[in-house]
Amino acid sequence: MAEKLLDVKNLRTEFKRDKSWVTAVNDVSFHINKGEILGLVGESGCGKSVTSLSVMRLLPIGTSRVSEGEVFFNGEDILKVDKKKMRKIRGHKISMIFQEPMSSLNPCMRISKQITEAILLHNDLSKDEAYKRAFNVLKSVGIPDPDMTLNSYPHQLSGGMCQRVMIAMAMSCEPNLLIADEPTTALDVTIQAQILSLMEEIKEERDTGILLITHDLGVVAEMCSRVIVMYAGRIVEEAPVRELFESPMHPYTQGLIESVPKLGSDMTSLPSIPGSVPDLSVMPKGCKFAPRCKYAMDICREKEPELVAVPGQEHRCSRCVLHKLEEKEVSKL
Amino acid sequence: MAEMKSTVNIQNFEDAEALPKPKSKVKEFVKKFTKRKTAVISFIFIVLLLLAAILGPYIAPYDASQADYSNLLQGPSAAHIWGTDEFGRDVFSRLLAGTRLSLASALSATIVGTALGILFGLIAGFYGGWIDSLIMRCCDILFSFPDILLAIAIVAILGPGMINVIIAVAVFTVPSFARIIRSATISVKESLYVEVARSIGCKNWRILWVHIFPGTIQSMIVNFTMRVGTAILAASSLSFLGFGANVTEPDWGAMLSQGRNYLNTAPHIVLFPGILIFLTVLAFNLLGDGLRDTLDPKMS
Amino acid sequence: MGRYALKRIVSAIPLLIVISFLIFMFIHLIPGDPARLIAGKDATKADVELVREQLGLNEPLPIQYGKYMKGLVTGDLGYSIKNGKTVVEAIAPRFEPTIMLTISSMIWATIIGVSLGIISAVMKGKAVDYIAMLIAISGISLPGFWLGLELIQIFSVGLGWLPTGGLESWQAYVLPSLTMGSGIMAILARFTRSSMLESMREDYVRTARAKGLSELPVVMRHAFKNSLIEIVTVGGLQIGGLLSGSVMVETVFSIPGLGRLLVDSIKFRDYKVVQALLLFFALEYIVINLIVDLLYGVINPKVRYN
Repeated sequence: MAEKLLDVKNLRTEFKRDKSWVTAVNDVSFHINKGEILGLVGESGCGKSVTSLSVMRLLPIGTSRVSEGEVFFNGEDILKVDKKKMRKIRGHKISMIFQEPMSSLNPCMRISKQITEAILLHNDLSKDEAYKRAFNVLKSVGIPDPDMTLNSYPHQLSGGMCQRVMIAMAMSCEPNLLIADEPTTALDVTIQAQILSLMEEIKEERDTGILLITHDLGVVAEMCSRVIVMYAGRIVEEAPVRELFESPMHPYTQGLIESVPKLGSDMTSLPSIPGSVPDLSVMPKGCKFAPRCKYAMDICREKEPELVAVPGQEHRCSRCVLHKLEEKEVSKL
Repeated sequence: MAEMKSTVNIQNFEDAEALPKPKSKVKEFVKKFTKRKTAVISFIFIVLLLLAAILGPYIAPYDASQADYSNLLQGPSAAHIWGTDEFGRDVFSRLLAGTRLSLASALSATIVGTALGILFGLIAGFYGGWIDSLIMRCCDILFSFPDILLAIAIVAILGPGMINVIIAVAVFTVPSFARIIRSATISVKESLYVEVARSIGCKNWRILWVHIFPGTIQSMIVNFTMRVGTAILAASSLSFLGFGANVTEPDWGAMLSQGRNYLNTAPHIVLFPGILIFLTVLAFNLLGDGLRDTLDPKMS
Repeated sequence: MGRYALKRIVSAIPLLIVISFLIFMFIHLIPGDPARLIAGKDATKADVELVREQLGLNEPLPIQYGKYMKGLVTGDLGYSIKNGKTVVEAIAPRFEPTIMLTISSMIWATIIGVSLGIISAVMKGKAVDYIAMLIAISGISLPGFWLGLELIQIFSVGLGWLPTGGLESWQAYVLPSLTMGSGIMAILARFTRSSMLESMREDYVRTARAKGLSELPVVMRHAFKNSLIEIVTVGGLQIGGLLSGSVMVETVFSIPGLGRLLVDSIKFRDYKVVQALLLFFALEYIVINLIVDLLYGVINPKVRYN
């Protein structure tokens, strides 16, 4: 039986705009097991980053809040623990890496200082021991000359190197869960492959759970065992990776997969989903995807569908009215 | 279809054209601006000052230069709300008369500086090359020197008097405007180069005029407002030191300078001109800040 | 880094030469006969001629310039008209008060200004922020001479706690440095605040928090360290301006410093002294700018390691 590492239940995050609160993430629930890579996919603005920041409690104070939900990690709801305890978890039990590796490192600090800062914060080691650990962890992420890198400043390293350093820093305190928010988006394809295989290694060797956030379906196909698709702050589909690609259930997922160009296909024009993601403050009533959905029915515009298990399949859910209907009714459409 | 439109936001370009543009821009500005109370208060204060400058002599209770030897150095009272000075003149009336002088000199200095700055900026940006380098180097020198020192040096050369103070203040206003206009000119020049190259002499200037100013008008307005504040401060400082207006004139700085001799016995002669200078400069600075925040597209 | 330093130093030299030339020329830029201007309106023809000879104004301009430059290099700056002393003798004793005053003003202005800026940035939008920024904008708007006089009025005349002028005791420093530093404190507070707000929005601050750091090291060790570069630059430029800003404060507090000497010499038309002082202030400003530039190169790793 897989061991649950992170269990998010009914998460709801809001942002303050002018004088009112708008919902950015609504009713999001998912779990990650040990040694598993869960993919979180969606367009920009769908709420995937906000979800991860909510889990880490790294949202800007004052202008945002988690208004509902629980996030269970190692048995306790980390949304409710005190700040001091949360800081002990951050960087230690749960680590996070971000999209722009070069700007995510402090330009005025040497790499050694930045990594040892994290190590010393969570471990009772001497400065020398911390430096040694930093050296080792850099080596383990495939950096050939750790001493030189440790001595450098971020602007002296390439994008790929910086991301390796970020990963090293994130792994230096041996976290159980790694949240990777678009880790390869800013890198070019060859480097991307290297970073992804590094993350795969980490998963294998240390049994780390990884929440991989991306908008790139190719990455998802390669890396993840399960996938969650988000749209307008909600989960619209959840499935094991193979099933998601072979038979996507939600119209949005279908649209996403169709819009990825395939080599050797006969298509002359690339299909795209018409319309655009609604603004947070002017969300449509009913299903948020209805305005762009080719199957949209009146009931879709009236009431927002619930996330229901797809009948007959394991670990699959979809937030679409279509799947509550009987099979024969679906074939009529 | 109509239903769809209401749920899709204005990111769709087709919808954007349906918005009424010009009217809403001004309205939006006013709405944003009025949110900042300090800016609004400053604006009202400045308007009142302008009114005072224009109407001064007519609404003053006494003549600004009328001496009253039986009422020397009187503190604030019912007859003289801000007291009298060492010649028995009513402080309030003098300050009112001085408003005209101070605002006029500060505004004219800033306007002259702005005009020259625009001119030099245009020339530098348009012609480029060594003219550009020369003008920019001069601006760098002027810009980097502390205002007061420059002003004193100029007044040292030209001699005391309000006209020279105005010239001095105008001179150190030039660089900031020159820079703004120069960079705008350069970017426009680069984009319109081909068109400009084809047209004849004066047409160039018109094109530049039409294309440069709309983009720079915002930073120029903000800069202008702040510079007027600086000008008032500089002018009164120079007057205080004795380089500016004649001591018989009701200049704020000069009044303060005279009042210094009576600090112990009649502190009100120093207090009221000082408060007035302070509040005026503060108002211009707060207004400038408010304008900057309102016009800055990054602010929400 | 060495190349950067050399470049900055070399580019400062033409500036110095141009400025020294302008300052040399300034007496000749005044409309009218320089000798007569210096001698004064009531001087007799003989007096005017005397002045002309004393100051070498009868010689052709290039020769005058040559003598001037030679004088600068050898330290011979001419004579003060006021009391016949050499310019150097007239100026020398004035250095100490001005420099002491400048240093004491800078110290408090920097500490308070930067601290206010950091606090405002961290507490953005709260009452503390508004009050601090109101104080800051008032500091910029306050006429220095008025502030000085009012401080004297309240603390010297009214309460008798502090002396009204001079620099005899440490107490005498309090009011003048308060006056002199207020403008700088305000500028530093405003600038620090905006710089910190920008720094705190950067990605690396988010990373620092994600590592589990508490707010204090995030603000100080990460955000502030990055802002420090800019703050030092702005602060440095302000120091350059302080020395000449001493003009106002020295006048109000009757401090025998360089600023007051400048004002007095202008009124006296003691042009050799004015020339020397202007030159000194210009030189000091350029040198401080240069130091700040070099310091910037040292602190900013991007420049240092390129």
